[in-house]
Amino acid sequence: MANKQPTRAGKDYVRTVPNTWWLKKKTYALFMVRELTCIFVGGYALFLLALVSRAGDEAAFEALLRTPLLIALQIIALPMVLYHSITWINLTPKVMVVFRGEDKVSPALIAGVNYVAWAVVSGVILWIACCKG
Amino acid sequence: MAASDTAKKTVSLEVFRYRPDQEDEPTFQTYEVPYKEDWVVLDALNYVKDTLDGTLSYRWSCRMGVCGSCGMMVNGEPKLTCSAFLRDYYPNPIRIEPLTYFPVIRDLIINMDDFMNKLTDVQAWLQPKEEKPVSEGEYLQTPAELAHYKQYTMCINCMLCYSACPVYGRHPSFMGPAAIALAQRYNLDSRDGAADQRAEVIFTHDGIWGCTFVGDCSRVCPKHVDPAGAIQQAKVTATQDWYKSLLMPKQK
Repeated sequence: MANKQPTRAGKDYVRTVPNTWWLKKKTYALFMVRELTCIFVGGYALFLLALVSRAGDEAAFEALLRTPLLIALQIIALPMVLYHSITWINLTPKVMVVFRGEDKVSPALIAGVNYVAWAVVSGVILWIACCKG
Repeated sequence: MAASDTAKKTVSLEVFRYRPDQEDEPTFQTYEVPYKEDWVVLDALNYVKDTLDGTLSYRWSCRMGVCGSCGMMVNGEPKLTCSAFLRDYYPNPIRIEPLTYFPVIRDLIINMDDFMNKLTDVQAWLQPKEEKPVSEGEYLQTPAELAHYKQYTMCINCMLCYSACPVYGRHPSFMGPAAIALAQRYNLDSRDGAADQRAEVIFTHDGIWGCTFVGDCSRVCPKHVDPAGAIQQAKVTATQDWYKSLLMPKQK
């Protein structure tokens, strides 16, 4: 491309970035935690699929639910999935920018709508599980 | 606090030194400077330069958070040193380094060629949809149209966002926060018609898709440009464009 800066013929010092870069700052570490929560989101999804595949067989369904390893997975997955979901929703106003004329719709409102939608969907699922199950 | 108390107090500056004509590896040099409530880190550096050590090199200009020249790492955080008050660090020592992830030319001066080239690559300037003669008057715009991109015009090219971005640190080919935010600034401008040309550069792996949304760029931005937001919004646009081209291949 034209108009590039000419490369400097100096002796610039280049600082390397270690693999542990994400331990250097709290914000980086929290980002990494958020990235790693996806393993638990995925793990829980697989667990749900395994449950669904046993839907016709009550004994197998219950046996799977009682597996100590899977109980442990659920206990760990719950805070991880909550962290993932909350940080996800808190970031939505950065992605969804809505203008009303010259004014931006408040980020709190956009995140709030997502929280409400989350609560409604969770409520519907709970209702189906409890009342229709 | 009495003025005489303040006059006696000092603060330690641990300053990154790299003099390529003298040494191959950087070192840290400590300077004791007077502590003053209303001094910023840049004042302390100017004190060092004026009275203690004239060999210290660093960039600065306006001293009021507008020019974007005096960005440095202050205790590991990218900061405009003209806006970083000593009182926020006192009595602890203050470690001052050149903006991280950039090559260092000398002391606190980084090589910014890469960033300047990226600004060129993203075509961060207005390219009217249709050129018209001066006699036809201005390219008009409503306040609502201005509101869509105004936030991104606040960028002062200080590069703090690059020093906050681990993706840029690990992969210097990444276009980076400010360049993409500035591309968005022109893409969202109702008078501009070069979004397709910019898309070739920013809707790429080294462009928006390289961003993993760490979000630290927006946290450190002294002008609240929110480059992380700009990148995610560009991802939405790129995705919509991709679906449009899939569903309506003939429409441009």
